[in-house]
Amino acid sequence: MEDMSNIVRVSKVTKTFQLGKIEVHALKGVNLEVATGKYISIMGPSGSGKSTLFNMIGGLDKPTTGKVFIDEVDIAQLDAYELAWLRCRKIGYIFQTFNIIQVMTALENITLPMIFGGMSNDAAVEKGFQLLELVGLGDRFQHKPFELSGGQQQRVAIARALANDPAIILADEPTGNLDLNTGEEIIALLKQLSQERNVTVISATHDIKMLNVSDQVVWIRDGRIDKIENREELSISVGQIDIRE
Amino acid sequence: MKNSPFSSKENARYDKVHRQVVLPFKKSVEIAFKSIRVRFFRSLITTMSLILAISFLSFIHVSTDVANGMLATHDLEFRQALIRSGYDLGPEENSVDSSPKQQWLVILSLLVCIVGIVNAQLMAVTERFREIGTMKCLGALDRFILRLFLIESGMQGVVGAGTGALIGAFCALVNAFLRFGLKAVTAAIWQDVAVSISIATGIGLLLSLMGVLYPAILAARMQPVEAMRVEQ
Ligand SMILES: Nc1ncnc2c1ncn2[C@@H]1O[C@H](COP(=O)(O)OP(=O)(O)OP(=O)(O)O)[C@@H](O)[C@H]1O
Ligand SMILES: [Mg+2]
Repeated sequence: MEDMSNIVRVSKVTKTFQLGKIEVHALKGVNLEVATGKYISIMGPSGSGKSTLFNMIGGLDKPTTGKVFIDEVDIAQLDAYELAWLRCRKIGYIFQTFNIIQVMTALENITLPMIFGGMSNDAAVEKGFQLLELVGLGDRFQHKPFELSGGQQQRVAIARALANDPAIILADEPTGNLDLNTGEEIIALLKQLSQERNVTVISATHDIKMLNVSDQVVWIRDGRIDKIENREELSISVGQIDIRE
Repeated sequence: MKNSPFSSKENARYDKVHRQVVLPFKKSVEIAFKSIRVRFFRSLITTMSLILAISFLSFIHVSTDVANGMLATHDLEFRQALIRSGYDLGPEENSVDSSPKQQWLVILSLLVCIVGIVNAQLMAVTERFREIGTMKCLGALDRFILRLFLIESGMQGVVGAGTGALIGAFCALVNAFLRFGLKAVTAAIWQDVAVSISIATGIGLLLSLMGVLYPAILAARMQPVEAMRVEQ
């Protein structure tokens, strides 16, 4: 249990939403261990609880029962400051809907988490340029989000997620709103980052293309983990996976 | 730019020094300023009711200042003119105050104004739920959000109330000129007028801050997931 190579550990997590009188059991007891530096894909049909699990791991929402550990620290025990610090420095979030702050330029979006993290403005701007370069948007720093395409916005989001050198990148359907080619580019970029920087990537997805780059695929169905497959076991062709979906 | 060392065992329990999340005041002002500029039209609507109410307040006060300036000249003609125009002047009195009716109107208009600001700010905050949620995901504390909204509305308050106060004072002077002539305007005690304008601006700023407080607290307390789920 005290295995330090597990950066994320989800233990018996359930989540119940109360919709009036109806209870929706989005997660029904999920156990999951994620090793440092791995690229994990969470696969499952719509409504199976991927986003809910994503929010739990990211400390964006609290489980009804069960615990989430990041670096073996129970995040339910963190106070507001520690939680903010965790979101700022430890985890980078990428969303299906990009969630770029619309009133700020690409560069300002990327520097904001660094400012929160205590970096000086000049240093943040310099690193912001490097990150934009890294995601292939070096010349677009002054653009407002609405002047960028979806794929470009997602690149900005990735650069922003990387701003404070997080140990974990959480991506909820990062390619969900992108066309095939752009989606592939984004996936390749995430994979490259995970390899070069030893960042743990956890990505919820419908996207079969994600499987090729994943070290591990977690199949989730109806609020439970169906099975976990390692890369070696994944020697099935994409066609077969298609049927499974 | 390599991977952070935070996953080592020593740092597993994040220590105090490393845990700080900050937003320098200067940066807050910068963000707030840009935010107003980008949403200029929305800011204008929020500020409009403030401009109107404060110009009314300033108008009443500066009119009183002008009347007092006229009385201070001890010119009997001015005294007659003031009484004719409706000021309640006893034979011994040498100063006037705004009438209770005017004071009630001013208070009412300020009340309407603050309701207007709360309403406009609630709408503005709702429009920005996603932005607030995103900021929280990037590590913003509740009080960063609160501070941003307060600074923003403070700026709107100073500009809006200042504009309103100047407009009101200008109208009061024009009004005095039309009713009593140029001599009345020149008789005004400029110090008093300046004080009236400053007070009106101060009250406007206060109203603006009061009006944003509830919406801002509401926004700051929101959980990131709640905020991000809002469709826009
Ligand atoms: N805030 C909420 N209130 C009520 N029910 C919710 C809420 N959030 C999620 N649910 C329910 O929880 C279940 C899981 O939702 P979730 O968003 O995690 O699915 P998902 O796997 O991410 O789906 P998709 O692939 O479509 O994004 C769904 O049945 C959904 O209706
Ligand atoms: Mg989802």
